[in-house]
Amino acid sequence: MKVLVAVKRVIDYNVKIRVKADNTGVETANVKMSMNPFDEIAVEEAIRMKEKGAATEIIAFSAGPAQCQETIRTALAMGADRGVLVQTDAELQPLAVAKLLKAVVDKEQPGLVIVGKQAIDDDSNQTGQMLAALLGWSVGTFANKLNVADGTVEVKREVDGGLENIKIKMPAVITTDLRLNEPRYASLPNIMKAKKKPIETLAPDALGVDVAPRLKTLKVEEPPKRKSGIKVKTVAELVEKLRNEAGVI
Amino acid sequence: MAVLVVAAHDGKTVRANVANAVAAAAQMDPEVHVLVAGSNAGEAAQSAAAIQGVAKVLQAEDAAYANWLAEDIAPLVVKLAPGYSHVVMAADSVGKNVAPRAAALLDVAQVSEAIQVVSPDTFVRPIYAGNAMATVQSTDKIKIVTVRPTNFKAAAGGGSAAIEQIAGTGSAGLSSFAGAELSKSERPELTSAKIVVSGGRGLQSGENFKMLETLADKLGAGLGASRAAVDAGYVPNDYQVGQTGKVVAPDLYIAIGISGAIQHLAGMKDSKTIVAINKDEEAPIFQVADYGLVGDLFQIVPELTAAIEKK
Ligand SMILES: Cc1cc2nc3c(=O)[nH]c(=O)nc-3n(C[C@H](O)[C@H](O)[C@H](O)COP(=O)(O)OP(=O)(O)OC[C@H]3O[C@@H](n4cnc5c(N)ncnc54)[C@H](O)[C@@H]3O)c2cc1C
Ligand SMILES: Cc1cc2nc3c(=O)[nH]c(=O)nc-3n(C[C@H](O)[C@H](O)[C@H](O)COP(=O)(O)OP(=O)(O)OC[C@H]3O[C@@H](n4cnc5c(N)ncnc54)[C@H](O)[C@@H]3O)c2cc1C
Repeated sequence: MKVLVAVKRVIDYNVKIRVKADNTGVETANVKMSMNPFDEIAVEEAIRMKEKGAATEIIAFSAGPAQCQETIRTALAMGADRGVLVQTDAELQPLAVAKLLKAVVDKEQPGLVIVGKQAIDDDSNQTGQMLAALLGWSVGTFANKLNVADGTVEVKREVDGGLENIKIKMPAVITTDLRLNEPRYASLPNIMKAKKKPIETLAPDALGVDVAPRLKTLKVEEPPKRKSGIKVKTVAELVEKLRNEAGVI
Repeated sequence: MAVLVVAAHDGKTVRANVANAVAAAAQMDPEVHVLVAGSNAGEAAQSAAAIQGVAKVLQAEDAAYANWLAEDIAPLVVKLAPGYSHVVMAADSVGKNVAPRAAALLDVAQVSEAIQVVSPDTFVRPIYAGNAMATVQSTDKIKIVTVRPTNFKAAAGGGSAAIEQIAGTGSAGLSSFAGAELSKSERPELTSAKIVVSGGRGLQSGENFKMLETLADKLGAGLGASRAAVDAGYVPNDYQVGQTGKVVAPDLYIAIGISGAIQHLAGMKDSKTIVAINKDEEAPIFQVADYGLVGDLFQIVPELTAAIEKK
């Protein structure tokens, strides 16, 4: 079984985000970029499936500018076998990414597609669900644990009230949550080996996908700032403030 | 054209956040309908009919809807959507699961976690863990929007909308439910609690969280946690507050042994009053705290619990 994983290039989660002065977006020049952390979890899960013999080949997909090659290389260094880059400088929204993914799925016919539950830049939490819809496949969102057996996947999901178990038919789309696994670091020899692994580059047009955005971003602004508070010295002072100043207890 | 709010429920009542979603929907169009899909969902439909501002409740009975599988619910939403200008869901684990599937089937974009309705087609939503606010305009005919409940004041009760029975769409046969492991708690639900007590890695163990439970019970508070505390297994996953967990905005948020990473702040910085208890006076949590107390939580928490008791 082939497994397709989506890896998105995002601003590293440790970077302090700065909104551009002209309010068109956030500053991305000279900012550290990394693989979306949820996608590292997706790649790790696919590698574990391959190590257990449940998967035969892992394909890492990314969509975006040429630099997404680096993100795919990271996945290859972790253990993915080859990459597919849909290269475009256009703004990509989740529905467009899902359509690009679908086109690649139609070509590659994987048994499972594993994507992150959300990308930490746009925080949409949509792509996996949309892909499953376009394919007419089942979906296991917010996966905490997976068990692949006999054409079905048992998915333990992280939901509002705790955990929920579902059984879904394969082929299927999975979206990863934080507790699914702890991703490995790529070793130096594997980083070297990854340089030789193939990456196929495609254009959205060649896949017949219209990626034009459906949502127009009118402006991007700083969030309102909280006014700074005070330090209290004692518990008694804290309780007094909460009772008489804030009036919340 | 009217707005359709798709309501999650437990068979008896719709979730509390449906009243927030109705309030948000009413800002998109004054005529709000609520869809209650389920198996034996009559009581839940009645609870939806009691929300002020709801013009009509659509109740769809189908055995396939008993456990809210996205594969089965989305086709129903897709069938109804053409009669509406907007489909709205609360941005909880149900909304996040179902709405994008319906959107893709309709070939429309989704606006995720709107925090403000600027006009019927324009919304404000946080991006980058709330470190930037994007104003986005939808160009699609049907607008699918998930809304962040804490940003919309819940519509009041006391309404009496008509309930209309509609046909279900059956099972897609792709997925089945195999049981839940839900956290049991007598405490108020995290996202609607007036006070939230939250613990982080500083607590050092699940055992030590008992201390926070005692404090929470004295305050009638809900209990939350940082990702680090959940990852370490101190508390279940549904306690996680933050960018990738739950978003809360209570009157009072007490962060104990939490450093204040941006991913955590994303889930609580809209709280009215924030208290931070941390032994490191440089901890970033103090930058958003109204009242900071530097010191050892193992000493402070019992003292605080006793002081609150005294009144
Ligand atoms: C103000 C603003 C400016 C923007 N500017 C640009 C821009 O200049 N250039 C640009 O390319 N985009 C731009 N975008 C688009 C945005 O960054 C996202 O790519 C897009 O909206 C997808 O949302 P998401 O990643 O949050 O989706 P989610 O649904 O949260 O993503 C979930 C998962 O889907 C997969 N996935 C999503 N996107 C990709 C991808 N591209 N490749 C591989 N896997 C993926 C990943 O597995 C990810 O974990 C902009 C968005 C905004 C709001
Ligand atoms: C993709 C991604 C998503 C994430 N999503 C979330 C999210 O949704 N929510 C979230 O919370 N985090 C999230 N994180 C993690 C986040 O970056 C931080 O790692 C996490 O919030 C840290 O938790 P903490 O504050 O409990 O632990 P730490 O950062 O280790 O802080 C512990 C604090 O306790 C204090 N302390 C220790 N002992 C005592 C004592 N005896 N008395 C008083 N104070 C004490 C310390 O001074 C320290 O400040 C995410 C990270 C990533 C990469």
